[in-house]
Amino acid sequence: MLAHATPTTIAARVRGLSDRAIAWLFVTPTIALLLAINIFPLIWAVYLSFTNFRANRPNAAVEGVGLRNYQRVLNDPDIWIAMQTTAHFVFWTILLQTVIGFALAYLIDRKFRGHGFWTTVILIPMMLSPAVVGNFWRFLYQPQIGLFNYIVSFFTGIPPSSFEMLGSVDLAPWAIIIVDTWMWTPYVMLICLAGLRSIPDYIYEAAEVDRASAWRQFWSITVPMALPFIMLAVLFRGIENFKMFDMVMLLTGGGPGSTTEVASITLKREAFESWLTGRSSAFAIILFVAVFGLANIYVKALNRVKQR
Amino acid sequence: MRKMTKILMGMSSALVLSTVIPGMAKADELTLCWAAWDPANALVELSKDFTAATGTTMKFEFVPWPNFADRILNELNSGGKLCDLLIGDSQWIGGSAENGYYVKLNDFFDKEGIKMSDFAEAAVNAYSTWPKGTPNYWALPAMGDANGWFYRKDWFAKPELQAEFKQKYGRDLGPPQTWDELKQVAEFFTGREIDGQKVYGAAIFTERASEGVTMGATSALYPFGFKYEQTPGKYDMEGAVNSADAVAGLEAYKALYKCCQPPGYTDSYMGEGLDAFKSGQVAMAMNWFAFFPGLHKDEKVGGDKIGFFVNPKQKVAASTLGGQGISVVANTDNMDGALAYIKWFAQPEVQKKWWALGGYAVHNAVLNEPSFKDSQPFAADFLVAMNQVQDFWQEPSYAILLQAMQKRLHDYVVADQGTAQEALDALVNDWKEIFEDEGKL
Repeated sequence: MLAHATPTTIAARVRGLSDRAIAWLFVTPTIALLLAINIFPLIWAVYLSFTNFRANRPNAAVEGVGLRNYQRVLNDPDIWIAMQTTAHFVFWTILLQTVIGFALAYLIDRKFRGHGFWTTVILIPMMLSPAVVGNFWRFLYQPQIGLFNYIVSFFTGIPPSSFEMLGSVDLAPWAIIIVDTWMWTPYVMLICLAGLRSIPDYIYEAAEVDRASAWRQFWSITVPMALPFIMLAVLFRGIENFKMFDMVMLLTGGGPGSTTEVASITLKREAFESWLTGRSSAFAIILFVAVFGLANIYVKALNRVKQR
Repeated sequence: MRKMTKILMGMSSALVLSTVIPGMAKADELTLCWAAWDPANALVELSKDFTAATGTTMKFEFVPWPNFADRILNELNSGGKLCDLLIGDSQWIGGSAENGYYVKLNDFFDKEGIKMSDFAEAAVNAYSTWPKGTPNYWALPAMGDANGWFYRKDWFAKPELQAEFKQKYGRDLGPPQTWDELKQVAEFFTGREIDGQKVYGAAIFTERASEGVTMGATSALYPFGFKYEQTPGKYDMEGAVNSADAVAGLEAYKALYKCCQPPGYTDSYMGEGLDAFKSGQVAMAMNWFAFFPGLHKDEKVGGDKIGFFVNPKQKVAASTLGGQGISVVANTDNMDGALAYIKWFAQPEVQKKWWALGGYAVHNAVLNEPSFKDSQPFAADFLVAMNQVQDFWQEPSYAILLQAMQKRLHDYVVADQGTAQEALDALVNDWKEIFEDEGKL
């Protein structure tokens, strides 16, 4: 009764407006906001990508350049190196986070004494701001006073100031992978834990009646039933890490040289340091299409797994 | 419905006003934008005299160096009204002049009797003119600066080190005169234990993101004979930027980085260099003269413990230019107030006080004072440096030119990629492409 009374009263107050019009009245600001801050900039970026516009030359004539910006981006070896760096970063972080995250979730799911406390402790890195994490790890990696180097030195006997995690071409990419894995493995763990807890106990009970070993139960029940959740975690982390910026910027700034310059840092430099707005818009559109395309293919695969 | 409309209109008006009002400057208030560093504090102190004389309240927006260009250029590009006055980097002058961000000051200078001949010629060319060297003034020289060096005088004076150095190199251990000597001294100190601490030879600039490695490496490139063009104004960079001399200069910088930089200083600029020196890790460090007054006053490493020297020469004597001019932002709502500040700042007495407070005045009334050279332990070196400065491109496209150089130099010096010749050849190609896009090639 009450549920019917409320819209009628509103309609009565705002005379001449139908329920549908009132619904639109409420939805319109949200749609307008989304159009203004999401869709319009996207369309504008597409437009700019076909021009020679530079944001630091407001008085210069804006001319159409056709596909020249796209051609230059796709033929720029430095951009391809940045894409390779991004792919390396995305691949290793996802692999490590998925394996460690799933392992942690599997352990936490065993419901041992104090598992609630340890779950909270494991989740702490994920709750920190990337800016804090970046600065914090910069100190940990400092070759002369950093705790990380001293721990490595303690276990290996290598002098702590003899290697530089952030300054070495070979180690810097791994330094970032370690930090990202430390921070975001708990997130993957949380999703995997939800997956593990969604598996009904009776399936395991039936498997035990059939005398299936723990190993067999793991591969035939646990992994297949948790797989959609694992794939979801991979999708989320994949998209996030493809556009990773803050942590890399704080830890290495893309260096040494361009060793850790992921695509988002290259994009920022093109757009806001070199002020090549048209060209950086083309690069942004290429990245958008790549992520959007890959994510779509992945979601289709995910749906297929779910339907199995 | 009418009531609802009124409420909505009221809220909209409040929203609009609340966003507009903070951007409106008061007539008796000026905002001066600059980098956040030691001289900025001196300027705050100095500007109290302007407030006392005119009643104008001074507000300051100081941005840390690593974000200074990003923050302020974004402000200018977006037509913001944050700054009435801007002490902007010398490289910005071309773009700011051509894009109409700065007010051209020729008529104002003529009207107020402000003569550019009253300021050091090198400073006027670098900080005020665009096109470079022409009598078109977009700023008043505000802060002279160059990249210089400081060293641990107390370590250099240790008799046992003096004796060991003389035996090894056949000369006294003192401030190096050339880049070859600089490397020898840096190597001599590296790995040595002094006062119970392992020390290193030199802290030099290696920062990647903004301008650090370029400002550092050009301090080696210029003395070795690096030039931007074969013929000034012709953009004929082939054989100048990547000449044999330039290659030798870049190799010398990398050699100094490899032999003698403390561990972990792979992305270091002003702040990191100062930290390395103040914490007793290095015997020598490069940095801008602007920091020298503060270093000299430092309780731990200043006073008798510190000495200063001008950038060592090699084939020629040269120093990398720093420093800035003060400009009036064309978008200001308080043009009269901003011009009044420039007029006040140009006065010889104000310039003398500016130097006394720790700002590097380049007014001849200050520099030509007989007592100037002895007024500070680094004053004589400052004069030498300002007479041999060379600056980066001041073109409107300076930002992209700088980014290209940052990348090529950092890739070679820090990341060990390729040779010096390859780095400079690639830089020539990058710059050619930029100037072709600009229609200058």
